[in-house]
Amino acid sequence: MAKELKTLEDVTIRFAGDSGDGMQLTGTQFTITAAALGNDLSTLPDYPAEIRAPAGTTYGVSGFQIRFGSTDILTPGDICDVLVAMNPAALVTNLRLLREGGTIIVNEDAFSDKNLKLAGLESNPLENGSLSRYLVHRVAISKLTSNALAEMNLTTRFVDKTKNFFALGLMYWMYNRPLDQSIRFIQEKFSTKDPQVGEANLRVLRAGYNYGDTTEIFTTRYEVKAAKLPPGKYRNIMGNVATALGLVAAAKKAGLDLFLGSYPITPASDILHELSRFKEFGVKTFQAEDEIAAICSAIGASYAGALGATTTSGPGLALKSEALGLAIMLELPLVVVNVQRGGPSTGLPTKTEQADLLQAMYGRNGEAPLCVVAAATPADCFAMVYEASRIAVKFMTPVICLTDGYLGNGAEPWIIPDVNNLPEIPVRFASDPKTFQAYARDEKTLARPWAIPGTPGLEHRIGGLEKDHVTGNISYDPDNHDLMVKTRARKVELIADDIPLQTIEGDEKGDLLVVGWGSTYGSIKSAVANARAHGRSVSQVHLKYISPFPRNLGEILNNFKRVLVPEINNGQLIHLLRSRYLIPAEGFNVIRGLPLPADEIEERIEEFFGGNHV
Amino acid sequence: MSETPETTTAAPGKLTIKDFQSDQDVRWCPGCGDYSILAQVQRVFPEFLHRKEMYVAVSGIGCSSRFPYYLDIYGVHGIHGRAPAIASGVKLANPDLDVWVATGDGDGLSIGGNHMIHMLRRNINIKVLLFNNQIYGLTKGQYSPTSMLGQVTKSTPFGVIDYPFIPVSLALGAGATLVARTMDRDPKHLQEMVRRAEKHHGSAFIEIYQNCNVFNDGAFFAFTEKETRDENVVYLDHGKPLLFGKEKDKGIHLDGFTPEVVNVKEGRFSVNDILVHNENDSTLAFILANMIHNPNLPRPMGVFVDLHRPTYEEQMRDQIAKARSRKGDGDLQKLLDGDETWIIQ
Repeated sequence: MAKELKTLEDVTIRFAGDSGDGMQLTGTQFTITAAALGNDLSTLPDYPAEIRAPAGTTYGVSGFQIRFGSTDILTPGDICDVLVAMNPAALVTNLRLLREGGTIIVNEDAFSDKNLKLAGLESNPLENGSLSRYLVHRVAISKLTSNALAEMNLTTRFVDKTKNFFALGLMYWMYNRPLDQSIRFIQEKFSTKDPQVGEANLRVLRAGYNYGDTTEIFTTRYEVKAAKLPPGKYRNIMGNVATALGLVAAAKKAGLDLFLGSYPITPASDILHELSRFKEFGVKTFQAEDEIAAICSAIGASYAGALGATTTSGPGLALKSEALGLAIMLELPLVVVNVQRGGPSTGLPTKTEQADLLQAMYGRNGEAPLCVVAAATPADCFAMVYEASRIAVKFMTPVICLTDGYLGNGAEPWIIPDVNNLPEIPVRFASDPKTFQAYARDEKTLARPWAIPGTPGLEHRIGGLEKDHVTGNISYDPDNHDLMVKTRARKVELIADDIPLQTIEGDEKGDLLVVGWGSTYGSIKSAVANARAHGRSVSQVHLKYISPFPRNLGEILNNFKRVLVPEINNGQLIHLLRSRYLIPAEGFNVIRGLPLPADEIEERIEEFFGGNHV
Repeated sequence: MSETPETTTAAPGKLTIKDFQSDQDVRWCPGCGDYSILAQVQRVFPEFLHRKEMYVAVSGIGCSSRFPYYLDIYGVHGIHGRAPAIASGVKLANPDLDVWVATGDGDGLSIGGNHMIHMLRRNINIKVLLFNNQIYGLTKGQYSPTSMLGQVTKSTPFGVIDYPFIPVSLALGAGATLVARTMDRDPKHLQEMVRRAEKHHGSAFIEIYQNCNVFNDGAFFAFTEKETRDENVVYLDHGKPLLFGKEKDKGIHLDGFTPEVVNVKEGRFSVNDILVHNENDSTLAFILANMIHNPNLPRPMGVFVDLHRPTYEEQMRDQIAKARSRKGDGDLQKLLDGDETWIIQ
């Protein structure tokens, strides 16, 4: 039967199943293929805190959402068009994320009485009519997988583990995608290690594809053409990987060894994992006994002349507070990456949030200002951690780079930078004993000299006690303390001369300015774009430099009648803007542990204009 | 920092005590045991064959942690308890440096206890001088994790009920490869222990009995004063029997695993029955460390254990070298490119 081929601009698919069903792998494979076809895309894994919760339960459901398209894709999608549900629990927990009239593909074999009960269902939703608002495809994925492997004489348990490739194959057929990328992946992964496993996965993948082609229940295939992306060499990159690469690149460019002191914490651990592989770059990774030792070892490494870095998430940053104060007193370069997660306390470890901004700004004893930057997209983690490193070295200061769980685990295509075009990071260690004073400052940056052990004649002591403003010796002099407190603040302020001016998306003057920071970039951008398409006078400013703010930010804010600040917290950037610029900014705060939905931001924008949406 | 920095540094081996004295006024209380520790370190450091700029002292918070300010070498006065972690970063970033940690019983065993045990088990080549005075001095007299049961202090008016740490046992339990005990009032022995720490390949942990004459005066007098020392202290010497007493008439005999004091001049036991020290035997080290629990036994001073194990930093260096010999020096562009790229025209 000839099947219809429809062209779509963009599609959002959510793969959901048990933690053991391989949904992350399935999603990643679909992503790689989409990227290779030139689609723009954005992905969001959504996995439970439990490593392997009991099979079939709702709290063991693991999801992976991908949005891909032929246009500029800014977010992984607020809601999805297609839900692939491998069991009842996956269906129940993800149904609210499916649009009205959306497509459901379920593994009907998994809808046993036992699994229905585990999902808290009294009757089978496939049969009780509760899914009538959706287009439901019941596919016997388990049975068809088993049939595909019938000749191979494999255990049931093993066969069951390959069924995710059936779903993947079916989705490849449905969206008119070639199997090449995944075939290559399977062959590379298993050809030498376990050829039988490789062969089984290949058969199941093809079986899924062929099932779509031959069965009559699927009448339509869809096509999503390549996006018009700027020319260049691309790869797909996750935020945490981008962060790791940014640190390596900065160290290499500065001619320093990278030292990472880190303690495992969700969702930041992947940065440690990545960096621990790059031994040939001289990267030294040190899994410390706790968060405090992690940052202290990085401070020690920095003192000895390495680029010291530490990576963590909110609770870890809390533990590092005192040591951050030490780094501020010692005036040494230090890069701190906080992959924010839901808080307070242990909070929502695997979910995203932007609630550590004020902690990053102020969470220390005493007057302890430092530089804070924030990444806006997964790929932007590379650029911002690189900037953090550059600033840390140039100004001899700790810099906190904020990302979050959504950025860290999310992925997008990235134009790979040419290493020759990366900004220079000049390093000059002090060497002249005749002129050396530990706290004599560079006139322009107020940076003190970096004098590393091993340099003859520069032996000196520094510490957390207040220091004389020139020699660095302990000083309890009242006026010296006043001077030092103000100098440390002034130094951070001067960083504003070294960062780009703030850019605006949209008109430079208008009725409403939407100001955001961090991972809400894509959601705000699409909300603002839609509002502008409806004729609203709205512009967007997305801050990557928060301490200090870009020099022209105040001027920009004053060019708008009103300012809206959407954040995934209860209002933090808004505090900084109000107190610094004395403007009556208004907030939009949704704190669900999930990315901020673009349509909700758009609704909020419409409220400013009387709510009469076209 | 020196007001008139030297422009030239004497060659290794030609340095003198003066090279290690900083221009800072020493601010410990008059009569504090810390003075002796500082003096012995300044006396011994010139013997080591490092250039002066290769020494680094790292400390935390407490009286003992002022130590780096008084040595004219590179130094970091860190935050409370974290010296081992800061020092680990220094040493791993530049393994050629000679890194020393000065800490106390509160700094090193209470707030910083975790960092201490982990640094020791990793065997990072860092030397720890733990000034044990069994009291918090800088905060003016609260009990510490090594204070004695029943000890009356500012924060324990009815006596300490915390069971104390035995620092040597803790270090042994943590897997330290050199563990020693010495005291402020025996300069020669203290100097020798500093030398042993320097010579050792790996983490060295030196507990120093140090008198706080203001808040805990005389805590160790039974072991440190001339009149009583001979009867109450047994010096550990590798390959030598554990004899003590003014006349060297007493010795340690092992009854099973239990040490006891016997007299070698009274006929029943001879020197041949006396336990012979072996620094390479960690089981023996635990027995010697536990002698502290029996008040009838003398207190061992000296090197409890000296073991050889690869250091953390040399293993780290080896992994990097191996990766480089296999893959060559890292190519940054290749790293950024990753495995899967595509071109958009």
